[in-house]
Amino acid sequence: MGMTMTEKVLARHAGRTRVAPGDNIWVDVDILMTHDVCGPGTIGIFRKQFGPTARVWDREKVVIIPDHYIFTNDQHAHRNIDVLRTFVKEQDLPYYYDVGTDKYKGVCHIALPEEGHTRPGEVLFGTDSHTCTAGAFGEFATGIGNTDAALIMGIGKLWVKVPETMRFEFEGPLPPYLMAKDLILHIIGDIGMDGATYRAMEFAGDGVMSLSIEERMTLCNMVIEAGGKNGIIPTDAVTEAFVKSKTAKPYQPVADDRDARFHSVRRYKTADIQPTVAKPHSPDNRGTARECTGTRLDRAYIGSCTGGKLNDFIAAAKILKGHQVKADTYIVPATTEVAKGLATTRLDGQTLIEIFQQAGAKISQGASCAACLGGPSDTFGRLNKSEVCISTTNRNFPGRMGSKTAQVYLASPYTVAASAIRGEITDPREFL
Amino acid sequence: MQDIIQGKAYVLGDNIDTDQIIPAKHLVYSLSDPEERKLYGKYAMSGVPDAAAGLPQGNVRFVPENDHRSPFQIIIGGKNFGCGSSREHAPEAMQIAGIQAVAAESYARIFYRNSVDGGFFIPFETTQRLIGEVKTGDDLEINVPKGTLTNRTSGKTYSLRPLGDVLEIIKAGGVFAYARQAGFLKS
Repeated sequence: MGMTMTEKVLARHAGRTRVAPGDNIWVDVDILMTHDVCGPGTIGIFRKQFGPTARVWDREKVVIIPDHYIFTNDQHAHRNIDVLRTFVKEQDLPYYYDVGTDKYKGVCHIALPEEGHTRPGEVLFGTDSHTCTAGAFGEFATGIGNTDAALIMGIGKLWVKVPETMRFEFEGPLPPYLMAKDLILHIIGDIGMDGATYRAMEFAGDGVMSLSIEERMTLCNMVIEAGGKNGIIPTDAVTEAFVKSKTAKPYQPVADDRDARFHSVRRYKTADIQPTVAKPHSPDNRGTARECTGTRLDRAYIGSCTGGKLNDFIAAAKILKGHQVKADTYIVPATTEVAKGLATTRLDGQTLIEIFQQAGAKISQGASCAACLGGPSDTFGRLNKSEVCISTTNRNFPGRMGSKTAQVYLASPYTVAASAIRGEITDPREFL
Repeated sequence: MQDIIQGKAYVLGDNIDTDQIIPAKHLVYSLSDPEERKLYGKYAMSGVPDAAAGLPQGNVRFVPENDHRSPFQIIIGGKNFGCGSSREHAPEAMQIAGIQAVAAESYARIFYRNSVDGGFFIPFETTQRLIGEVKTGDDLEINVPKGTLTNRTSGKTYSLRPLGDVLEIIKAGGVFAYARQAGFLKS
């Protein structure tokens, strides 16, 4: 019996020739990532368990990216950045992207690939549930808590239960009005918020392989919203070109065996999928943009690890160009590199920033997670009252973006931009 | 590991996510400082919408105002308990508030793992839906070796699923103790 990509990566990192779903194994970790929200807790456990003078297992493999609570006056949040700084200095860690310096990046899941830390065939753990984003690079990547992260910091290993793999195939290139966000919201609507619990979600088919690397990241980013342990996409020339442009480190891609066994295989034709939204208050509460037409909006939000990449802003700008927004529209680039792209990328001669400014959108001065997860009360774009918002982010749980009386609709950057113009939920085909 | 866990029930619904368990704006407090960490207990479950807080009636505070300990020790949940963010602050906030066990139909993977690996409390899986069978405030007793949950208020007993693979980690008291036993760490 053959193995899936996920099984192969895990087997290799456990020093075994094969593993099967359900096996409990200890794997060697290639990269451990943490940030300002979970880093201080992780460091506290590391010191308590390994001693005040302990060293991390491999300083080349620990990556620390502050990104959550950056542009706030919250003094506790600032103190937490200081905890990271002290630890990085003490451990002499080379991969730290400090606030207020030229090295500052922003949202960790986008910063990791930009800085060359995501590589095919590797094992990446991070103290953030959207660490699964990196499955777009053909690696095993998943979120963990502070205790597991502290254990990895000390020994470079973690126990894992090998997941079964659910395979999702998309046939046909994406029609011009669809984005990866529509595909993943469609899947989550089909299988539910716990439809992939304890399982890997593998995406394949020519529809997936025709996606850019950024769009593949959107697909893998939201597997956690279906309970998935990891998302994974086969490595091809697109993956390799991106990875090689970011790092010279060697890596070994994996592919499914011909006789790999899957928990299930679902096949979709991309042409059958509509611009999709998730209605309040769960990512599996699926509707189409057309069905929700007329739903009045106070706010539109474009940002986060899911929908704050350069391609997401290019998509939004295509629709917003030459229009005025009716809903308050917030633009938050995921990373400083994306922010630079907003200033340098042009559509018909205008930069994305100029397009957003002319449309009347509010543009964040800093790259970070911002209001995707609410954050401190002074966070840019936070929903502080019973507002209705359409967002390119990943979660619409009660209170996720701030107030627990707010309502959040999730959608693609196309749909969010079209809806911002009308001030109500709108199918992007009306503007494309 | 205790054999018998007793306490009052606090009943929640399906898909209780970690943003409801501990809203993101509170994730700034220190977990190492003995005084500051109490704030996690104070705000535990503060993100649950009022109507869903303490079923069946709702509008039951999990932690009284100006306190960090809950009068409830056992949480009854539905499907996919602990979904969403990987924040370990969620099970830890529940432990700081005094939670000793959760009994839910199913769990999101990271929350389940964090509860076990951090040694915060035992996440039991129920064999049937207990929302409706148990009311907030009922007196419960969990018999760990027998794998049963008894509602002493109603007199009914329910079976729990075996703890399976994670039993060894729970018995050890968390993943560090388990890793030491497995020889990955010096004791």
